[in-house]
This record gives sequence, C-alpha cells and structure tokens, in this order.
Amino acid sequence: MNAQTKLIATSERKIWPLTGGVHPAENKHQSTGMPIASVPLPETLVLPLLQHAGTPAEPVVAVGDKVLKGQLIARASGVVSAALHAPSSGVITALESRPIPHPSGFSEPCIILTTDGADRWCELAAVNDYRRLPPAELVARIRDAGISGMGGAGFPTALKLSSGLPIHTLILNGTECEPYITADDMLMREQAQAIIAGAAILQYVLGAGQCLIGIEDNKPEAIAAMRAALAESVDADKMEIVVFPTIYPSGGEKQLIQILTGQEVPSGRLPADLGMVVQNVGTAVAVKEAIVDGKPLISRITTLTGAALQKPHNVHALIGTPAHHLLQQAGLHESQLSTLVFGGPMMGFSVDRLDIPVTKTANCLIAATQAEFPAAPDPQACIRCGHCAQACPSSLLPQQLYWHARAENYQQLLHHNLFDCIECGACAFVCPSAIPLVQYYRASKGAIRTLEAKQAQSERSRARYENRLARMAQESAEKEAKRQANAERAARLKAAKAQEQVAEDDPVQAAIARAKARKAAGAPAKVALSGEQKELKIQLSMARAQAKKTERALSACVDDETTKKLTSNLAMLNEQVAKLEQAFEGGSAEVQAEEKRVKIARPALSDDEKKRKVELAMANAAVKKLQRALDGASDDDAATLKQQLADAEQRVAGLKLALEGRL
Amino acid sequence: MALINSRSSIRAGQTSPHKLALNSTQRVMGLLVLATLPGLLAQTVFFGWGTLINVLWCVLIALGCEALVLKLRQRSLAVCLSDCSAVVAGVLLGLALPPFAPWWLSLVAVSFAMIIGKHLYGGLGQNPFNPAMLGYVLVLISFPQEMIAWLPPMGLEGHNNSLSDAAFAIFGSGVDAVSMATPLDVLKENSSLTINELWQANPVFDGMAGRGWLWVNVAYLAGGLFLLWRRVFTWHAPIGMLVAITIMATLFWQGSGSDSHGSPMFHLLSGATMLGAFFIITDPVSGATSNRGRLIFGVGVGIMVYVIRAWGGYPDGVAFAVLLMNMAAPTIDYYTQPRTYGHHRANKGMPKRD
Ligand code: SF4
Ligand code: SF4
Repeated sequence: MNAQTKLIATSERKIWPLTGGVHPAENKHQSTGMPIASVPLPETLVLPLLQHAGTPAEPVVAVGDKVLKGQLIARASGVVSAALHAPSSGVITALESRPIPHPSGFSEPCIILTTDGADRWCELAAVNDYRRLPPAELVARIRDAGISGMGGAGFPTALKLSSGLPIHTLILNGTECEPYITADDMLMREQAQAIIAGAAILQYVLGAGQCLIGIEDNKPEAIAAMRAALAESVDADKMEIVVFPTIYPSGGEKQLIQILTGQEVPSGRLPADLGMVVQNVGTAVAVKEAIVDGKPLISRITTLTGAALQKPHNVHALIGTPAHHLLQQAGLHESQLSTLVFGGPMMGFSVDRLDIPVTKTANCLIAATQAEFPAAPDPQACIRCGHCAQACPSSLLPQQLYWHARAENYQQLLHHNLFDCIECGACAFVCPSAIPLVQYYRASKGAIRTLEAKQAQSERSRARYENRLARMAQESAEKEAKRQANAERAARLKAAKAQEQVAEDDPVQAAIARAKARKAAGAPAKVALSGEQKELKIQLSMARAQAKKTERALSACVDDETTKKLTSNLAMLNEQVAKLEQAFEGGSAEVQAEEKRVKIARPALSDDEKKRKVELAMANAAVKKLQRALDGASDDDAATLKQQLADAEQRVAGLKLALEGRL
Repeated sequence: MALINSRSSIRAGQTSPHKLALNSTQRVMGLLVLATLPGLLAQTVFFGWGTLINVLWCVLIALGCEALVLKLRQRSLAVCLSDCSAVVAGVLLGLALPPFAPWWLSLVAVSFAMIIGKHLYGGLGQNPFNPAMLGYVLVLISFPQEMIAWLPPMGLEGHNNSLSDAAFAIFGSGVDAVSMATPLDVLKENSSLTINELWQANPVFDGMAGRGWLWVNVAYLAGGLFLLWRRVFTWHAPIGMLVAITIMATLFWQGSGSDSHGSPMFHLLSGATMLGAFFIITDPVSGATSNRGRLIFGVGVGIMVYVIRAWGGYPDGVAFAVLLMNMAAPTIDYYTQPRTYGHHRANKGMPKRD
C-alpha cells in the first residue's frame, strides 16, 4: 500500500465525540490574511527564568557578559525545568525582577539582554542522521535546547519523552481550538514539512509505532498543507492526519485523546499510562530545529490579533520580546486598546502592562477593544439551569461545584471531582448568570492545596512527636525491666543467704544450697562476688573510665583555668580509683570474713551494712552523673566541671567513710 | 509609548473567559414567557378573557412583591427585577389558576409564592420549592371552592363573555353561576357511567381529553418543544414525566368501564399535564440538576401525578407532585452525579467523612 492510498483509506478513521463543549465565535480569519512575518530586532530582550512548568532556570551568565545568539544563559535547575538561551547576540545588562506574563501580575527574576544588532549565532551542533543516535542522546539534546510545550502549559518536553513507559502512539496537537489564535494554523500552512520531520524524530525517540495528527476542520489550508507534506514524507506510513469537527475545548490533551482514540486518561494519571504522548505541532518544529539544525528554542510563532490592531497577523517572535514591540508591528491603536490578553479568550489572562515579554508559551496576544471584550456583567444568582453541566467536557457539575466552592465545603468539592476540572471556561462561557465559575474553581483548588500541604506538614510533625513518645516509652520500659531484673536477682541472693544461714549446721547442705542459689541468681559460680563487691567493681570501672576521659579533656584543653580544674579533678578521680580498688579487694576479703562471721555469730544484716549500701549507691549515681557530664564536656564548661568536682569530692569522702567502716 | 513602563489604562484582572456567550438569565426567562404564549392564547380562546386578565394581574403582583422584598433586603431593584424571574412566576401562576379566580385569590397565591416561597429562602436560586406551585397549593387547600371554578370551554365558535364581563367577574362578584367542573373532576367523581356514556352525558368531554383542554395542552406542548429546540432546558425532565404518565395510565387504564381511570391520551392531554411537563418541572432551581437526576425527577412527578389523579383526593396532582419531588431533589442530586472524565464510575451519595 503506498502512502497515497493509505492516506485515503484511513481518512475514514473513526473519531469519538467530545463530551460537552461550546462553540465560541472563532475570530480566526483576522490574523490569517498575511504570512508569518519577522519582527525587527528589539533593543532589549527580557527573559524570565521561569517560562515553563516547574522550577526556574539558573543563570550561568553575569551582568556585563557578552553572549552570542543561541548561547546558554541559564541552565535547567532540576528535573522539571528548562534551559534558557540568548535569543540574539548582545550584552547581559541586568539580572533583575521584571513583570512577567502571569495572571497575578507578579514580577519574577529575568535576564535582561541588550542586543547588539549583529544577531551572531554561536556554534551549533547539528545532527545529520538522528537515527544513528540513541533516543536517550536525543532526549538530552532536546532538554539542552530548552524546549517546553508550546501549546500553553509549558511542560518541559524532554520530561514527557522520558516517562519510561512503553509508548505506542504519538499524538500531534494541531487543534488550536481557542478562538483568535492562529499560530499553529499558520505554522502548519507554512512549515508542514518541519512538523512532519519533528514528529518523525519524536516518534523515533518514543519508539511510538503510530502518530496521529489531530486538526480541527476549520483549518482547511493547514490540513491540505499537512496532507501534502505527509504524502512526500518517508514516514507517511506511520503517520495519519485526523480531521474532526471544530468544538471547544477539543485541544485539551485529555480531550484530544478522547476524540482520537475514544480512551480517557484515568483521573490523576498521565497519557503515558495509556501509552500515548501528546505534543503540540509547534513543539515538533522546535524539536526538529534542535536536532537537525542544533538550534535551541529562542523564538516562537505568536498571533497578534484583536480589534485594536490595524493589521493582525502572526510573527516569528524572539523569546523575550516586549509585547509593545510586537503590537506596534501590527499597528496598535493605543487609544482603542482596552484589554491585553496573553493566550486565547477562553483560557488566557489579561495583563495591565505593555512591556511584558513574550515567553515560550505565549501563542497569542489579543489587543482587544472595549466592545470586543466587554467587562463581564455583574454575576447574578445561579438559577441551576445546568447549561454549565451540558458544556463541561469533563462531565462535572459546575453548578454544584459553584455551590460548594461558595460554601467552602472542600469535602463536597473533592467528592464532585474538582481536581478533574481543566479550567477550560466552557461553563462560565455559557452561564446565563455570568458567574465567573473558573475563578471559583481556581481559588478552591488553591485553598485545598494549601490546606493539604498544611495537613501533610502537621501530619509529619505529629508522626515525629508520636515516634519520640514511643521511643521514650520504650526506653523507660527497658529501664524498668532492667531495674526489676536487678531487684529480683538481689532478692534471690538474699534468699540464698537466708538459706545459708538456715543450713549453717550442715556445711555440705549449705554448700549445695549456696551453689543452687548462685546458679539461680545467675551469678558466676567460680568467682563468688557479693552484691557489694559487684557494685564496687562497676563503680571502679566507671571511675577509671571517667579518669581517662578527664585525661583526654585535659590534653585537649587550652584554657589555663580549666586545665587547673581538670588536673585537680583528675587527681581526685585517680585517688578515687585507688580507693575503690582497695575497697574492692578488701570487700572480697570481707565477704569471706562475713561468711565466716555469719557461720559463727549469725548476726542479721547490720545497720551500718545497710548504710554503706545506700552510700555506695549514692556514690554510684554521682559517678554516673559526672561521667555523663564529661561525655559532652567542652573547654568552656568550667562552671559545670566545678560543680562536678564538688560532687566527686563529696562522694569520695563518703566512700572513704564507708570503706573505713567496713575495714 | 507612555504606556510601556507605567501602569496603563488597560484593564487587567479580568479573568477568563474574556468573552461570554450571548446568554443571560433574562434571555432564558424571556424565552420561557414567549413559549407560554400559545398556551395563553388557547386558554383565552377556550375559557375567555379571564385567563389573560389573570396572567397580567399575577405578573403585576409578582413584580410588586419582588420590588417590595428587594427594597426590604436593600438589593438593587434594577438588576434583580431585570432577570425576569418574577414575571415568569407570575405568568405561570396566572395560567394555572382558574380563569375567573377572584382577584384576592391570585393575590394570596402570588404573594405567598413570591415572599414565602422565594424570598424567604434567600431569593432567586435558593428556593427549594417551586414558588408558583407553593402558592397554587396554598390556595387549593385554603379555597377549594374557588379553585374548581373553571368555566365551560366554549370552543372556537363559542361566545366568550366580553373583556369587561371578565374583569367584572374577577374583580367584582365572582362567577359561581357559570362555573363548571373540569374533565378530570368529572372523571374522578364518576362511578357509574362507562367512558362512552360519560363522554356523551357531559358536555365538558369533547374529543379525547375534553373540549378545549386538548388544544390547551397541545399549545403548551408546542411551546415546550420550542424551548427544547432553543436549548433552554434538556428533554430529560419533561420526557421523564410524560413517559411515566403514559406508562402508569396504560397499566391502570382498566378499559372503558365505569371504573376506568381514563386513557393514556386523556391523561397526557388534559389538566395541567403539558403545562407541568414543560413549564413547571423544568424550573431548574427547585429541580434536580444533572441530566440523569432530571430524568428521575420527571419520572417521579409523572408517577405521582397519576397516583393523585387516580387514587388521591384531588382531581389533578401536578402541583402536589412537583412539591413532593422538590423535597427529593437534593437527594436525587447526590445520587446522580455524572461519571467524570477519567473515572471508572460516578461518585454517589455524600462524601465520606474522615
Ligand atoms: S450555567 Fe450558571 S446559572 Fe446555570 S446552573 Fe450553571 S452556574 Fe448556575
Ligand atoms: S472549567 Fe472546569 S467545570 Fe468548567 S467546563 Fe471546564 S472542566 Fe468543566
């Protein structure tokens, strides 16, 4: 089957109807009378760092730098970002905030380039045969060229091309369903071959077997040009031009997929999940230029139209060209200008200044007169006529959304799928009560997003707090368990001793009982240490460690006073260690002595034994405390150390007393 | 170039869409009034000047009430009056009330409809009940005697009383002497005659649905089709109601004996069927809002109308049926959300609370 017959055969391709939709007056013929014109080089170009969806680009030039046309001036700053290139040669004269095309009228950081008139290109890296390069390499080149979607949303193109999901269909969007805009129409008429070439590259990159080019039937010249270009192309058998009836908003990504394939992109998912990628025809040309010519994205086709212009037409506009520069080319009657809209009348936004620059997504400037875009009449009450629901392409109930938005009932808004609203404005367009419905939806979406972000944050801190509580509970539980185990062991030891006392007249029995008791208490049978001895041993090792630490602190210490204090501290500790060693050895002897004494005299635990125990425990606690303090000790902790020193002295004194008593 | 770096005279902050369809509440209401004209004409031809005077009188009261309340609520008169919703309510009540309803009856009905039925709930768009039907039911319950005072239809060749007679009847002494039951009344009261006998015995029966009534209903049907064509409303509610009445009337017809409830044709083309189907239940404010919801709403009204006609205490039941379904409308709305693009199924009921 040759290309021609294939074309004819498939021109009967089934299309699916759009849900809802409206038919606003097209007003397209005004700007299609002239070919796409060039514009004299503007003196300055204002290049916002954020012209795409995502994070702003990062400047790689400084004020005063000379740049050539096509040279990188700001690089992509993350995954969802796009690079920016100098649209002409010249000097960077400022990096500052300027008003950007945005509904809010915000100023954002921009690179200001003063052109030198030479319009000199930097060196370009063209690719002769892209099929010899791996797709990943081409995606990298597309990313480096700073290409983002040129239909309106401005999503970085390279990202769309590297979803990692298998793609079977590339859909090229030549719909241009918004009234007034003719940029894509004229592009298809004049550069159909470049579009087809770009589509072929995109298809190769995606590995997509077919490409559907969707065009509304109100552009017969464009359709004819595209058909002719496709017939000549070597890729004709993989591409298909699909013409469908004009209706707004058929050009929405989801809507176009519905019309061409009958499938719906699942809510919250991407077309890639269906194996499809949608690209604007303008983006296809930008891709072709980036790969085949090596040119980054530095200009676009923009429609200049509106009744305040003498000769509405399309222009090749350098990115960053101020709106007034372009409008003057089209013969702006400033006195008649009442509203300047970036984009189309359905989804575009009005701006209040004429020096706002054209960006990568600026497909249209409408210089409208008062009569053309009259101020919206005062909204009246919603009469629930349901015209909005008939018009909604997403099958929402705009009237219900409106009620719930006014009531700020976010749950109901979510229940009515607010986030599936594509903000096409079809509902507001038909509303007989002139209610600015889309505004309500945007505001509600914003409020819900803010609320959700806040909730997520408080959720995170709540989780953190709960984790901490759980950790603390676990720690104290562990401590408690340890304490209990110790207490039990002590009790068992006591019981063993009592048994020994009972069995004092029978040494054999006593020995057996002792061994049993020791086993039960988990104490090593060979080295029979009494409770006091163990505590002494622990205390001893702690005191040693403490002494070592103090030594270390001393060696790191620079301040005289601290050194002095640490030295005396260390001396005290060493003394303590020595005493403890003594006590420990003495204690061992005493155990034997005590055992003997028990056997002979059978006295109960004496009062001063108890006292000694208490004192030992106190000393133990103090040592621990000092150790902890020393753990974190820095040189300037003099005051703390002083306190600790006093503690240690007290403790040592106490210990001395106790040990003397024992000896 | 003075504009370039300074805030200029151009208007910003206008949000999309920047241009609206030539559609306005006023236009919608205007079309509605226009579409009642054939019905008004038919009613005037068959029942005399009374209907026309009634309609004008009701519109006058409606506008007066609206103005009064707006003044009390300190709203802009011009903006709100111009939406024409009061005119529509007045016209509909004027058509629904008997042609020679005394002036005070209309006054009670209309002012109740406007003040209680509409504005007490918050005005246009806020009322849960169809205001016209509220007013109608109020006088139907309170003044049943006056409400069944329909004149015998005269037919095209008949002699209507003159305009001044009609005015005198309405604003003066009343017309008890000439009042006559409607076909639905007669059929309802009938328990002994077969349909054929009934038709012969009673002059009010003429043709399929009763003399005059047939043409009045056909006229409303025509007006309704015009509104459908102009896309003022969708077919769902009217067709739902008419289909439901047809099915009910077919199921419970019981032939042409003395216990007959009347043929489907009789029910479709008598009483307030067509007026109700195209002008009353299509009131968007108090009805269901999605297409499916409207279909259900219409079917509900249709079933209820028939039930009241056949077994209820009143000869016609459009007003009661509409009010009953008004109560169900919010619930219907919650269960008839359309399936949104990209969703497997429609959301139903209330949102889940978490
Ligand atoms: S079109 Fe406007 S008035 Fe009609 S239901 Fe929708 S929001 Fe309400
Ligand atoms: S703006 Fe949203 S609610 Fe309105 S028609 Fe478009 S998708 Fe539907």
